[in-house]
Amino acid sequence: MAELMQFLLSGVTVGAVYALVALGFTIIYNASDVVNFAQGEFVMLGGMITVFAHMAGLPIPLAALIAIAGTAAMGVALNKLAIEPARGAPVVSLIIITIGASIFIQGVAQLVFDKQLHRFPAFSGDTPISIFGATILPQSLWVLAGAIVVFVGLWAFFTKTLTGRAVLATSNNRLAAQLVGINTNWVMTLSFALSAAIGALAGVLVTPITNISYGVGIAYALKGFAAAMLGGMGVPLGALVGGILLGLIEALTAGYLSSVYKDAAAFVVILIVLFVMPSGIFGRKSTDRV
Amino acid sequence: MTTKRVTLLILAIIVIASPFFFPSNFYYRVGSLIFVNGLAVTGMVILIGYAGQISLGHAGFAGIGGYACALAPVHLGLHPGLAAILGAAISGALAWAVGRPILRLKGYYLAVATLGLGILVSMVLANEAWLTRGPDGIEVPDLGLNDVLEFVGIDISNAQFWYFFSGLALVIGAWIALNLYDSPTGRALRALHGSEIAARTVGIDVARLKLQAFVISAVYASIAGSLLALQNKFITPEVAGFMHSIEMVTMAVLGGVGSVLGAFFGAAILTTLPQVLTVFQEYEQILLGLVMMLCMIFMREGLLPSILRALRGKDK
Amino acid sequence: MKTLTALASFVALGLTTAAQADIKIGATVSETGPAAFLGDPEAKTLKMMVEKLNAAGGINGEEIALTLYDDGGDPNKARTFATRLVEDDEVVAIIGGTTTGTSMSIIPVAEDAEIPFISLAGAIEIIDPVKEWVFKTPHTDRMACQKLFEDMKARGITKIGMISGTDGFGASMRKQCLEVVGDYGIEVLADESYGPTDADMTPQLTNIKNTAGIEAVLNPGFGQGPSIVTRNYQQLAVGLPLYQSHGVASKGFIDLAGPEAAEGVRLPGTALLIGSLLAADDAQKPVVDAYVTEYTAAYGEAPSTFGGYAHDAFAILVDALTRAGSTKPSDIRDAIEATSSLAGTTGVVTMTPEDHLGFDLSAFRMLEIKNGEWTLVP
Repeated sequence: MAELMQFLLSGVTVGAVYALVALGFTIIYNASDVVNFAQGEFVMLGGMITVFAHMAGLPIPLAALIAIAGTAAMGVALNKLAIEPARGAPVVSLIIITIGASIFIQGVAQLVFDKQLHRFPAFSGDTPISIFGATILPQSLWVLAGAIVVFVGLWAFFTKTLTGRAVLATSNNRLAAQLVGINTNWVMTLSFALSAAIGALAGVLVTPITNISYGVGIAYALKGFAAAMLGGMGVPLGALVGGILLGLIEALTAGYLSSVYKDAAAFVVILIVLFVMPSGIFGRKSTDRV
Repeated sequence: MTTKRVTLLILAIIVIASPFFFPSNFYYRVGSLIFVNGLAVTGMVILIGYAGQISLGHAGFAGIGGYACALAPVHLGLHPGLAAILGAAISGALAWAVGRPILRLKGYYLAVATLGLGILVSMVLANEAWLTRGPDGIEVPDLGLNDVLEFVGIDISNAQFWYFFSGLALVIGAWIALNLYDSPTGRALRALHGSEIAARTVGIDVARLKLQAFVISAVYASIAGSLLALQNKFITPEVAGFMHSIEMVTMAVLGGVGSVLGAFFGAAILTTLPQVLTVFQEYEQILLGLVMMLCMIFMREGLLPSILRALRGKDK
Repeated sequence: MKTLTALASFVALGLTTAAQADIKIGATVSETGPAAFLGDPEAKTLKMMVEKLNAAGGINGEEIALTLYDDGGDPNKARTFATRLVEDDEVVAIIGGTTTGTSMSIIPVAEDAEIPFISLAGAIEIIDPVKEWVFKTPHTDRMACQKLFEDMKARGITKIGMISGTDGFGASMRKQCLEVVGDYGIEVLADESYGPTDADMTPQLTNIKNTAGIEAVLNPGFGQGPSIVTRNYQQLAVGLPLYQSHGVASKGFIDLAGPEAAEGVRLPGTALLIGSLLAADDAQKPVVDAYVTEYTAAYGEAPSTFGGYAHDAFAILVDALTRAGSTKPSDIRDAIEATSSLAGTTGVVTMTPEDHLGFDLSAFRMLEIKNGEWTLVP
């Protein structure tokens, strides 16, 4: 029992990390149909900027704010300089552009920062919290809370606010959205800023657990992408559930079957789910236009 | 002359004439890498350019081809050349088995499914150390063809041998792909690329066609992986890694995925780029990322078509 | 066609920038990629040492020109760069191969071209069986395992659990450890692993903790994994002795794991980490002190064990060049093989035709972390 509980807590810890990254994919995808493979770099920037601002003497909350704001600005720049000029390009071109951006940001980060691993102290100490004989670190609860807050925020944003609906409208039909008076350029800018900020927040929250270095972005992007697709791309609930599910599958496989193949198990589950539900668990069914 | 003959002629000229401009033996190595990548990318032309499907996992097939050359000679006593063919058969069979369900997916969902497939292959290669010797890689036996050449009186260095051998493989691969393009299957594939629904309404078996393109491109990737392993005489699971898959797609799309020549052009540029960029040392990654973004933003159909159009524009 | 020739000339331009100098040596290390935190200090060390040597007048009056490439940890790229060093840059010796994979890819090039190659990677395959042109400076993984098991045996530990990284370093060391563990009368009761980018290892550690009879845990791995293992180990209050590998032998590890979680962790390290604790008459002390001082002055950070490997490789090469009095690769090779009692940061090196590493287990020192500092296990 304590054993199962520990596996579940581990799965939730890891899953919350994936969920936070996956949530970052949601807004950009909703606004522009772009899956931004540079999303992982936002996570990296959030962690690295906080680390270096903290080393320069700033308290962590301030450093984290600077990191989130700076990364949001980076997101806007990415949109203006690379995504907007490529509007209407096919999926494969967009994948290459965002991966190019990811390599570019990594290249800049290794010059501006360094190539070492870094960490800053957990927000509420390292004393484990005991639940039914298993333990979880307070920082994991921070990550989980972060994922839930972002999820609720996004859900409210997309369903309750005019701006959120404008984002969805832009995604469905850009021209029609413009015709009804939506400033689609502004919607895009906002989407990238928000996505980047969520990524940076993820970086700030997970660094005390996983450490951070300039090269971690791609790994986060892949797992977050997989989680988002599992849940259904573009749906905040899908990102949250997909992330947690992925974390649980990995932890339970590592605990009960084989720690070598826990990532393999995750991808096998994704493949099976997609065979049965080609748009993910909560995904909207897409229709082809002729 | 038809596009097919022009393409083959240009490729053959490049293979034969380039060595006259080589300042040192090192260029044979770069040349042979370009041809090997060009071969893999020709497969991507069939998958992406002809059939309009995407894959972020084709490096997995390159991994199978490479490891077949490392393992089959030791465990099955096969000649390395036959091992490459065995690898191609296994890759084709795997692509056929998983292709049907995977290819029902579209866009990013297809991307993530192929990505998962590639990662699964690279994980098996890295983790089944009893067979593959794990992440540190394994030696690959010599193909032995160069010794045969030496025996009949043709004495060339290993680098030169692999340059011409890979060049030959590329020309043959391009010839097959171009024939496919002109065949009824090729025409049906292009119809599929244009609009899947339209293709279906005129009675094309869409699922079977996609599967064919997927299997053929997997075989191309596998042979390319075998050639790489044989010339390096060493292979690691990296060859099946995610970044290698991305590299293949990027080469194809960057050069111009609609044509064999365009894709080859992309392979040539992305293979040489890291060698040129060493001059810039720590700015290498920044520049590579920039090149990828700028090409895709400003030359959407790829470098070669864009350049050709610019040239034609000037003539008028 | 015009664009092609333009491209070709651009390429040629890019490729012919090697400086004109007297002795050309080449290096390809993983300055970027997954092994960057190994390759980065290696590259920095090589640049620093070449500069210092040339400022001091070079070797027998000749300056050294270093051509350094970044292979990003990709074995295929490493092979291409090695070919380039040999064919295009015409170097007389190669240092490099940060990982075992890249080293093994460089070996056929060096052997074919008959150029001496000093590897910076751990696996025993690199020098066993002995290859004529190949040498290496780090301890083998097998030696690290032996050192660890010696210490366990001395503490009366006979049953252990292992948790290894699935990256090249962890997988190779795990294999070597499983091969020699029987020689020390130690049994491995649990054998778990984790991926190089994993965020939480509590499931694996829970399984180890729940395996009856385990008396200690060993974690072969490098990068972020071991620090997370160490923190999870404390989180689960496993309470058994924890052994790490030489892969995390740097001050950075203590910071990442946190001094509290790292308390009592033992690992085999090199003299480099504990310069101030070395006896005054220790042959390695002056070398270690000088290297640490220079590196810290040049880059504002303490060097790691991995930088030390590059230091030793360069020192061996310079020593060989000086004694050979020639820049013919075969003379350099012979001189390297005749290296005798050369004090490096990793060990005191004496090569023979049968031994291209040049030191044994005694070069390793068993270290324990106490109050956030390295201490010597008596």
